[in-house]
Amino acid sequence: MKQRKADKTASKSRESKEHWDLRLYVAGQTARAVAAFANLQKICEDHLPGQYRIEVIDLLKNPQLAKGDQILAVPTLVRKLPEPVRKIIGDLSNTERVLVGLDLRPRD
Amino acid sequence: MANALKNRVSHIQLDKCKTGISGLDEITEGGLPRGRPTLVCGAAGCGKTLLAMEFIVRGITEFNEPGVFMSFEETAEELVKNVASLGFDVDGLVRRKKLAMDYVRIERSEIEVTGEYDLEGLFVRLGSAIDAVGAKRVALDTIEALFAGLPNEAILRAELRRLFRWLKDKGVTAIITVEQGQNTLTRHGLEEYVSDCVIFLDHRVHNQVATRRLRVIKYRGSKHGTNEYPTLIDEDGLSVLPISSLELNYPVSEERVSSGIGRLDAMMGGKGYYRGSSILISGTAGTGKTSLAAAFADKTCRSGGRCLYFSFEESPEQILRNMRSIGIDLNRWRKKGLLRFNSVRPTLFGLEMHLASIHKMVKDFKPQSVIMDPLTNMMSIGEADEVKAMFTRVIDFLKSQGITTIFTSLTAGGDALEQSEIGISSLMDTWLLVRMLETSGERNRLLYILKSRGMAHSNQMREFVLSDDGIKLVDVYIGPGEVLTGSARLGQESQDRAKALAAEQATAVRRRELDQEEANLKNQADTIAARMAMIKAERKAAKQSDLHRLEQVEKNQAGLAAARKAD
Repeated sequence: MKQRKADKTASKSRESKEHWDLRLYVAGQTARAVAAFANLQKICEDHLPGQYRIEVIDLLKNPQLAKGDQILAVPTLVRKLPEPVRKIIGDLSNTERVLVGLDLRPRD
Repeated sequence: MANALKNRVSHIQLDKCKTGISGLDEITEGGLPRGRPTLVCGAAGCGKTLLAMEFIVRGITEFNEPGVFMSFEETAEELVKNVASLGFDVDGLVRRKKLAMDYVRIERSEIEVTGEYDLEGLFVRLGSAIDAVGAKRVALDTIEALFAGLPNEAILRAELRRLFRWLKDKGVTAIITVEQGQNTLTRHGLEEYVSDCVIFLDHRVHNQVATRRLRVIKYRGSKHGTNEYPTLIDEDGLSVLPISSLELNYPVSEERVSSGIGRLDAMMGGKGYYRGSSILISGTAGTGKTSLAAAFADKTCRSGGRCLYFSFEESPEQILRNMRSIGIDLNRWRKKGLLRFNSVRPTLFGLEMHLASIHKMVKDFKPQSVIMDPLTNMMSIGEADEVKAMFTRVIDFLKSQGITTIFTSLTAGGDALEQSEIGISSLMDTWLLVRMLETSGERNRLLYILKSRGMAHSNQMREFVLSDDGIKLVDVYIGPGEVLTGSARLGQESQDRAKALAAEQATAVRRRELDQEEANLKNQADTIAARMAMIKAERKAAKQSDLHRLEQVEKNQAGLAAARKAD
């Protein structure tokens, strides 16, 4: 259900500042995966309106993709752009930590 | 029928998966539990990765079971390079789709954790790798890297538990390597989860000599050797030495082999050593231990056998030269390939390595006899009981192979002769003692058999002479209350000879005297007899003349009477 679903938001507006390229790795449509996607979308809408793109990768369908980004845990959010690459593991329920992890909020 | 089948089923052993690692399959009596995970724990540098890699590679090359190697520490390229030196062509196996390698990198600094997660990603990766090559074997090296890379131990533990179960469900035989903990087997207590088989690797340094050991701590549903086994890593990979077999059940031979010295054979019931027995030759410095051993080596090769000569003190050339000087030409056997020398300094490496190299060379060369000269030098590289344990293993091993072995042992000056330094005399079947006897300004060698199991051996001491044309055993001179050797013996012998000669001469003289006397007496007897005959004849003649005279008288009287015309 979720695959490539986020593309619509990504294409919305590209004009301002940086472009955020995010990948969310999940393994099947588990409750945790769904929660992670919902959390991510909310955070992006709140903090990066119009400048993000989320690609959801289901490892059950594309297991070979796990190697490339060194995915072990799911869900894993990988920030491909802007550099450097960041990884955030978990269902993204802790918004503060996600923001820190994405460098949207300075670490204390 | 059904009953019989049932009985048979109950005796079926756990299905095992051969590792192909030399020795390990023997200790575990057939390999690792098939379809189950095995934990291999140990400190850094003890050979865990190698064991895991060898398990996978040998699985492919020897048992045609494809495998997956998942590394958490080294990249695939590093691994390939590291094991290439052992002759493992990992790249080739990957190209032939027999082996899947996956390097899992976990960078803690890149990772932020927000909320719950699971390790499904790992499962997916492992699963796809297994499916890609149809793997029967899996190695995870070192899974504890996860603990360093990912926070939330509770989740990790639960996930690892799930992983091990999942591996079992997949039916793959897995090796999982983990780090040794401070006071525990593994740093994170993973032995709780993998309970089928636990192998512990150890690498310790003692007296500046490093030794590797392997121990099977646990093997559910199977018996296994429980000792620590010396292990080594060489150009062929890992080998474990299950040499101290638990049972004393090697076959024995009734066959006898000559010692190479006729007289010595005679001392052992005329036939020599038992084949497959262990022989100790002990003595102080320069007593000819090596020469005795070399004589046996020569004899072995002469009768077409192979002999492996471990020399811990002299170089092969030196031994060859020295033996040539007593008329034993070992070089021809070496050229023919019947005799092989292995000269190493004992301190070159640890006991285990020696043990392993002995083991290997024996398996390689398949000799009928082995010589270790001298044993005592091994003392320098370990504690007495370790050395003894090692030689127990060596002897056990050689006996089980039916190899006749000669050990020489140097007895230190002040020590009692009937005491071998390593205390291994009890392991020996035959013990020859060579000693020096100092008398009248010279040292002479004496040899005797201290013990020889299973044969009526001589109780005699023999003088042991090294001459240009070999080794000779000579009777010692045993006079009243003394044993003479060397020139004293020779002197005594010549004295004896002189005495005997004198006695002989005396007899001859006496005989001649008697002959003379006899002849004289005979002469006398002849004279007497002649005289007697003469007397007899004279007597007869006298008698005759008497008769004649009487007749004459009668005649005369008759004539006279007639003349007088008497009445």
